[in-house]
This record gives sequence, C-alpha cells and structure tokens, in this order.
Amino acid sequence: MNDTSRPQSDARRAFLSQLGLAATYTGAVAGFGALGVAQESSAKSESPAATESFPTPDYDWTQHQWAFGVDATKCIGCLRCVEACKRENDVAGDAHHFRTWVERYVYIEGETRARVDSHHDPVNIAASGSEGEYRFANRYKDEKVEKAFFVPKLCNHCTHPACVQVCPVGATYRTEDGVVLIDHDYCIGCRYCVQACPYGARLFNEEQGVSDKCTWCYHRITKGLQPACVEVCPVGARVFGDMNDKQSPISLFVRNNRVQVLRPESGNAPNVFYVGIDREVV
Amino acid sequence: METLVNAAPFTGYVYPNETIIPWTVLIVVYPYLTGLVAGSFTVSSMYQVFGMERFKPVAHLALLVSLCCMLIVPMPLLLHLGHPERALNSMITPHWTSAFAVFGYAAGFYIILLILETWFVYRPYIVQQAREGRGLLRWFYQMLSLGSDDLSEKALSYDRKWIFALAVIGIPSAHGLHGYIGFVFGSLKAREWWSSDLMPLVFLFSAIISGTALLIVIYVVSCWLRKVPVDLPCLKGMAYALWGFMMFTLLLEGVEFASLVYRGREGIEIIMEYVKGPLLITFFFLQFGVGSLVPLTALSYMIWRGTTGRALVVGVTTSAALVLFAVLMMRWNVVIGGQEISKTGKGLVDYQPTVLGREGLLAAASLVVMPLILLSLAVKLFPPWEKRLTPSPTSNAS
Repeated sequence: MNDTSRPQSDARRAFLSQLGLAATYTGAVAGFGALGVAQESSAKSESPAATESFPTPDYDWTQHQWAFGVDATKCIGCLRCVEACKRENDVAGDAHHFRTWVERYVYIEGETRARVDSHHDPVNIAASGSEGEYRFANRYKDEKVEKAFFVPKLCNHCTHPACVQVCPVGATYRTEDGVVLIDHDYCIGCRYCVQACPYGARLFNEEQGVSDKCTWCYHRITKGLQPACVEVCPVGARVFGDMNDKQSPISLFVRNNRVQVLRPESGNAPNVFYVGIDREVV
Repeated sequence: METLVNAAPFTGYVYPNETIIPWTVLIVVYPYLTGLVAGSFTVSSMYQVFGMERFKPVAHLALLVSLCCMLIVPMPLLLHLGHPERALNSMITPHWTSAFAVFGYAAGFYIILLILETWFVYRPYIVQQAREGRGLLRWFYQMLSLGSDDLSEKALSYDRKWIFALAVIGIPSAHGLHGYIGFVFGSLKAREWWSSDLMPLVFLFSAIISGTALLIVIYVVSCWLRKVPVDLPCLKGMAYALWGFMMFTLLLEGVEFASLVYRGREGIEIIMEYVKGPLLITFFFLQFGVGSLVPLTALSYMIWRGTTGRALVVGVTTSAALVLFAVLMMRWNVVIGGQEISKTGKGLVDYQPTVLGREGLLAAASLVVMPLILLSLAVKLFPPWEKRLTPSPTSNAS
C-alpha cells in the first residue's frame, strides 16, 4: 500500500486536519459517510486526517459502498483527470502507464465503425509534443464527423474482480467498502492480474516491480475527499460517492439515469456506471 | 525509468496499458521447459511403468533429462517476477482461487518425486561407486548413498517397487503440472486467443511430443559422441510415439482454432487480421509448415517405407529437431500471440523483444541451454547408458 501511505504534502495535511475538525465538514463533502468519521474523530484528540496511517484510523469500511459514475455526454476530453491522476498517484509520466485514461470515439460519414483513439496514440502525442502532456489532436478536422464522444476509463472495481481471482498470493483484494486495492509490499510482480483484467485497467510499475491500478484515490476517499479525477473534472462527467447514502451523487446518478456497465458478459460485475456510451465502446 | 520500459508499437486501438507486453519471452520458455519435463518423463515411464523394453536404452536418460529441465523450470519465473524474493509468498500464503497458487506446491512435489525416483534408479550405481570409487568422487557417492549399502536381490526388488510407484505417481504429476499451465492460459476470459477449454490438452500433447523429440535428439547425439551405434528399435519406438502424439497435437490445435473462428465472438475480425498478418510466418510457415507438416510427412514416409539404418537415424533426428522448434514456436504463438491481440478487439500490439536485459532473448536462450549443460554434467556423474543399472522392471508389478 505504498501508493496510499505515501506522505502527503504538508499544506494538504494542514488543510485536511482543519476539514476533519470542522463540524460543517459533514455536509460539505456531499455526505458520503463522513458523518461517522466526524463523530468518532470528535472523541479523539486529533483529526483522523492528521495522521499518515492508512486507512484513516476511525474510518469504518463497513459503513460505505463506494461506486463511480461516468457521464460520457458531458466529457469534453480535456484530460485534466488523466493529469490529476498521474500527479496525485505518482504514476509514470509516459504514454504506457495510466490508472485512468480517456477514449475518443468518432464516426465519420460513410464509415460503419467508429475510429477510436486515446491520448497515448502517436498522433496525439505528436500534437502535445510530449508523452507527459495529454491532448487529443484535431485529427478529424478535414473529415465529416457524424458523431463523436469521449469515454473516460478507469478500474471498474468489480464485485467479482478477475484480477483478484488470479493473484497467487492474495496481494490484491476487494475491500469491504468495494474498492479493489493492491498491497504493494506483498505483490510478487507476476503480472497475472494485468493479463486477467478485461478492461486493461491494470498496469505494471517497473520501477517498484509491482502491479498498479486505480484505487479511486482510497487515501482521499477515506478522508471524505473526492478522487482526484472527480475533483478536477470541470464538467462533472465523473461522479463518485457512497451507494449506502441514498442522497449521494452516485446514488442519484444511478437512480436518475439508465446506466450501463462495460463488458457485462465478463461476469465481473463492474461498479463504474456509464451514461451516454454506445455499442462501439469496449 | 526509460530503460525499464520496453513499449510495443501498435495498430488500431489498444488500451494504453497494453503497449507494454506483461509476459515476455521468458514466459515462452517457462511452458516450453515444463513441456520437455513432462514429455521426457512420459518416455521414461513407458519403460518404468508399462515395461516397454524397447525404451530401455533411453529410460534413464529420459529421467535425467526430465530432472535437468525441471531444475531450471522455476528460473524463467523467478527472472520474470518483479519481486523474486517474495516468490515463496505463493506457498506461504497461497491464494487458492489463483491458478498460479498451485505452481509452487506442484513443482516442489514433482522435483522431490523426480529426485527420489532418480535416486532409486541410480542407487545400485551410487552404492557401487561408493565402494569402488576414488578420492573426492568416492566421498561424493558415499554422501549420496545416504548410508545404504545393500545390493542384495531383496533390496533391489524393494528399489523396483519404489521406482514403479514413483513412476506411476509421476505420470499424473508431470502431466498435471503441464496441463495446469495450459489452464493458466485457457482459464483467462480476458483474452479470446487463450480462453479455451482445449488449452490444457493442447499444452499436454505438445509437451509429450517436445519431450520425445528432445530425447531423440539427445540420444542420437550422445550415441554419436560416444561412438556407439544407435539402438534402432528404441529410436523407431520413439519415432512411432512422436508420430502418434503429433497427430493428436495437430488435431487438438486444429479443433481449438476452428472453434475459435467458428464461434466468431466479439473481436474475431481482429483475430483474423492477426492470423492473416503477423501469424503467417510464425504460425503457418514456421510452426505448422516447417515444424509440423515436414516432420510428420517425413516420419510417415519412413514408417511406411520401413526405412532403417542411417537414413532412419538422420530422418528421425531431423524430424525431432523440427518438432522441438515447432513446439517452441507454438509456445511463442500462444503466449506472445495472446498478448499481441488487444483486449479492445480493435487493435494489435507488436511485441519487440529485447536482446539483452533480464527479460531479453539472450536470457531466454540461456535458460533453454541450461538444462543441456546440467545434463552434460549429470551424465558424467550418473551415466544413463550403463547396462544393468537396475534389473528389468517386468517383474515389478508383483
């Protein structure tokens, strides 16, 4: 759990401890289970957010059931989520390691299949000038585009995760609150999980010799914050929250929309719910 | 960081993380070596368990080949692991839902079994050397004899019982070990290229032909080196076995591929694009053409015409060498092929192996050669061609 126990910046820690102590905190973070955190923290001398330990000591993972929503109709492909994720989680800055990414689907007039690309495509890298800068090149400007949309992707934190099933040592596991995590101190680096994920959501950290993946920013959500990608999305295309809280953004998202999941036939039962994708989305 | 990453170019759309092939050429070598273990053990068992006398000249050699390959089997895995020092975690805290969790136990069990069987087979020789040897070697054999000094008929008969029992247990163990590797691939639903119920069987039968082929080559080369004539009935027996099991292997591979194409599930277009493109050379030309059809035709011709003498030796050995190559290509086409077809079903990745480095071609080639080096040492210490090391096993069922 190196990624999540990594020391936070001092400024952020200070900010968090203020947040943790504040009574208004509960309401401010759209109420995903922060009530429990605040109540328990009041009985202690220090804010749960002030400690570096992980998960937050008085965080009760039986009280939450996290889920994620993506509204593809809102995504503008600005890729701030990708950048925020890379920075927040210290993901390698090249075009081959992503905990989250955005796909672009473009239907050209006269073509039956969508043209798909992502920011790791050489054309898009050439447009941005660097693998560490994420951009969608304006490559279809001379084509007649019939339909186009972006699809943000990330780990689906499946209810029946194929990656957890195949881990030979149990280094990766599903938490009580519905997040699939990796114990980086126990992973042997066999990459079986990378193979098993039907969504290509797992990556390998060559530097540390272990598998890596999206954690829904577990170090943030257990402190009542939003995942970094959700936090920075300027259009609200990414929604996150606690399904146990009927009024949370994700509960409302799932209740008020006709949502679908990716590759339901895999039997993995994903917990990232999509709105506004169509048949070509893989 | 840059030097650590060996990114692969791609066409179409592939998931960003797929541009780094997770399982490299080392994971091609791993099932290849395991296959050789299972295959050569099969030949050894034909004599030890089924009492087929014609395989006697290679029975002990087969056991040594199996052991030498098996000792190297964990190496490609350890080299591949991001944290090899944690490898034993899979045995300390096995996660039973993982097909991989069994490997440590299965491999450990099988290595112990092989060592035990080899020890019983060579016990008379070890005891003899411990008595008659000189200097350091005598001391070495004395250590190995573990205090046993009894070469009476009663003791030898006891040995034979052990050898028979171990060989019987060894058959399902060796084949189980290899079949399970097929399961590691076949059970993955994320990759259409791998996801097949036939995968364990395809692996198993190709293992048997590769082990038999390796034994043919090693046996003929060893006869040539020792300047002794090749035992033709034995060679012919192995050629028959190779021919028969090749038929099964080709049939199974054909059925597997046919059902993949016939089912035509999502992503079949990209699979066909892959088959017609990058696979043309590695599969159709090398694995199927040069490695399978040519030796199969040659073997069929030799069996049909009753070829014998030098022509048989050259023909069978060449065929066997081609089969060895074909099985290596089969492992490549399965392991690398599965990863070159993107999970998106919309693109292909082009694996670019490095020559140097921990997961490079050089490391992989060294691992393939290493069992042969071990074997050349092993045959010096435990000559497998000595006559009457152990009496015939025909009476061992008693």
